[in-house]
Amino acid sequence: MEKYLYIALFAPLVSSLFSALFTATPKKTFTGIIASLLIFSAFVSSSILLMHILGGGEPVHVEMMTWMATGDLYIPFGFVVDEISVTMMMVVTLVSTIVHIYSIGYMDHDKGFNRFFSYLSAFVFSMMILVMSDNYAGLFIGWEGVGLCSWLLIGFWFHKESATWAANEAFIMNRIADLGMLVGIFLVYWNTGTLQYDGAFEAFATLDITTLSWIGIFLFIGAMGKSAQFPLHTWLADAMEGPTPVSALIHAATMVTAGVYLVVRSNELYSLIPDVGLFIASLGAFVAIFAASMALVNRDMKRVVAYSTLSQLGYMFAAAGLGAYWVALFHLMAHAFFKALLFLGAGNVMHAMDGELDPFKMGGLKKVMKWSYIMMTIASVALAGIFPLAGFFSKDTILEAAFAEHHFVIYSVLLFTAGLTAFYSFRLTALIFEGEERYKLFGFHPHEAYKFMLVGMSPLLILAIIAGAFRTTFFGMVEEALSAIEYHIHSEVTLWVMTIGTQAFVVLAIVYAYKKYNNSGITVPDGTGKMENSFMYKLLINQYYIPYAYETYLVTPYRELSDIFWTHIDMKIVDASVDGIAGIVYNTGEKTSKMQNGNLSTMLQLMVVGMLGLLSLAVVFGLAVRYSDGILAILSGLGV
Amino acid sequence: MMEIGLNHYLILSTILFAIGLVGVMRRKNLLLLFFATEILLNSVNIAFAAISHYYGDLTGQMFAFFVIAIAASEVAVGLGLLIVWYKRHGNINLDNLASMKG
Repeated sequence: MEKYLYIALFAPLVSSLFSALFTATPKKTFTGIIASLLIFSAFVSSSILLMHILGGGEPVHVEMMTWMATGDLYIPFGFVVDEISVTMMMVVTLVSTIVHIYSIGYMDHDKGFNRFFSYLSAFVFSMMILVMSDNYAGLFIGWEGVGLCSWLLIGFWFHKESATWAANEAFIMNRIADLGMLVGIFLVYWNTGTLQYDGAFEAFATLDITTLSWIGIFLFIGAMGKSAQFPLHTWLADAMEGPTPVSALIHAATMVTAGVYLVVRSNELYSLIPDVGLFIASLGAFVAIFAASMALVNRDMKRVVAYSTLSQLGYMFAAAGLGAYWVALFHLMAHAFFKALLFLGAGNVMHAMDGELDPFKMGGLKKVMKWSYIMMTIASVALAGIFPLAGFFSKDTILEAAFAEHHFVIYSVLLFTAGLTAFYSFRLTALIFEGEERYKLFGFHPHEAYKFMLVGMSPLLILAIIAGAFRTTFFGMVEEALSAIEYHIHSEVTLWVMTIGTQAFVVLAIVYAYKKYNNSGITVPDGTGKMENSFMYKLLINQYYIPYAYETYLVTPYRELSDIFWTHIDMKIVDASVDGIAGIVYNTGEKTSKMQNGNLSTMLQLMVVGMLGLLSLAVVFGLAVRYSDGILAILSGLGV
Repeated sequence: MMEIGLNHYLILSTILFAIGLVGVMRRKNLLLLFFATEILLNSVNIAFAAISHYYGDLTGQMFAFFVIAIAASEVAVGLGLLIVWYKRHGNINLDNLASMKG
């Protein structure tokens, strides 16, 4: 089994390095094909490992080599494949295989084709380290690795000012959160003496609740950054500047769920501190409704999907915070499938519309893009949580968990968000695919994506439909690892009322969205409509003015402060002292170079002066040595 | 009548050395500079010989011979260069000899 572990881990690295060989050359299709094949081999290895674990096999645990061993600190490069990491490995390798294949078509005309595959595979490698490591230090390496690859990929079109800005924003926000994460890791080491998961979890049971809470809070701050939870959420929507396959892989399916993975992985810690867990759940529920409300009005297709991702991450945190770790992990998996599908569908539309992102300028695209239409609609249905698609099983379980744990506020917030989710998803599909063909006004000539891209996407389509069927199998697998429990609503009637009520609510939201946006009266908003001037609309379209507030109250004062430090401290103290030393040396050289006037007579005179100087020094030192006792006595008399 | 001892020789050597040093520093004529150098070397030779006699050790006198030999060869080479210089420039004034200006 170790063989498969190493293949799953290192095939993406080989792929990245191979593609990196061709970064300076023009587009070569074979780099994309070989990269896809290598990632696919990682997927096959992960599947074999999954079969092994499903068959009741022991978790595979290897220690490749020692990384650090100083004193009591011992950190190996160790990797573990257990029930939790194998789930993540499946999600990561499956989605990334599909995204690699899709990218061959999507990046077809891009100059950076080879470079793109190098970055994308490097991301997969970092993500595999993140999920497979058996200690917090290795997790942190992967954590930073995916952050770096995310930066590279968001800023992939670096000639665009907005792309580099978004890349830097994402990177800096993640650095802020990573500081919290590092502090958490230090606390773990400080209190338990080890960073290995098994050792640390064992030691947690003996620690007092305050220490554990601090560890839990700091680790969660790291998770908040990576999973873009409030108040560090603004980078995710801006990250949509990157190529769409990147958004599908990194900012929907894998990297942003790393925070959820961290909480699920540390479940033994968080189950000891239910108060922190409740905070996580509340924040998750808040982010769910907060992000969903922003998605209601946004006029950028990809941003709507990004806010939807944010909202679904809120669901996952709500579940994890309530102790339903297996539900969180299951929703993570199901969400990865239908959200990646939704993003890739959006990528098809974007490609067809020459990069246009405003769904109001589209409409009626279902005639020319039949398959993309079907895929995006099914993904939206799955996202909305309609029976029997994937979202129904995972999202309803979260609702049930919240209900069964008697957190009715969280339950009702999540329920209401489910309605909002259905509304904005179908607002998007209705605007893009139904109604009048408004794109003709703008002179677009849409066309369906390459056939192999659609075929490549089909596994996601199938999984978005049937993933719910794996619920029992999944529960059986993680039951022991996550001390999972089935959530049972006490009375049968309540359960039925809840399920049917939720379904009816969601369907109503869908119908309302279709009624509102699937008619011939839709025009491109020009800022004069009644709704557009309402307070709520302005609040939502400006994202609650949070980016504006950050700009005004954090970025600008910081820049001014930096300016002051630059002009007053850096220039006048640091630079001045360095320049001063250089100036002294330079001026001395300038002045003394006159000595070298080439006149032998002057040189001889100087030589004599130098010789006399040396001679007098020799005399002084000679005398000092001879009379050293006396001099010391005088000096000590002076109190030196 | 006072007997001439080591100190007298050393004082003579010092005076000669000072004269040589002033010559080296003040003269502008290259030929005179050579003279001054010879005076310097010979002042040292006097000191060597005197101290050698004082201690009854022949090493110092041998060293003086070495100095004479080296000085002779140095003067031979130096005078050769001096003649070439004179042929080219028509004088041997030190102030005109500034091609090594930094």
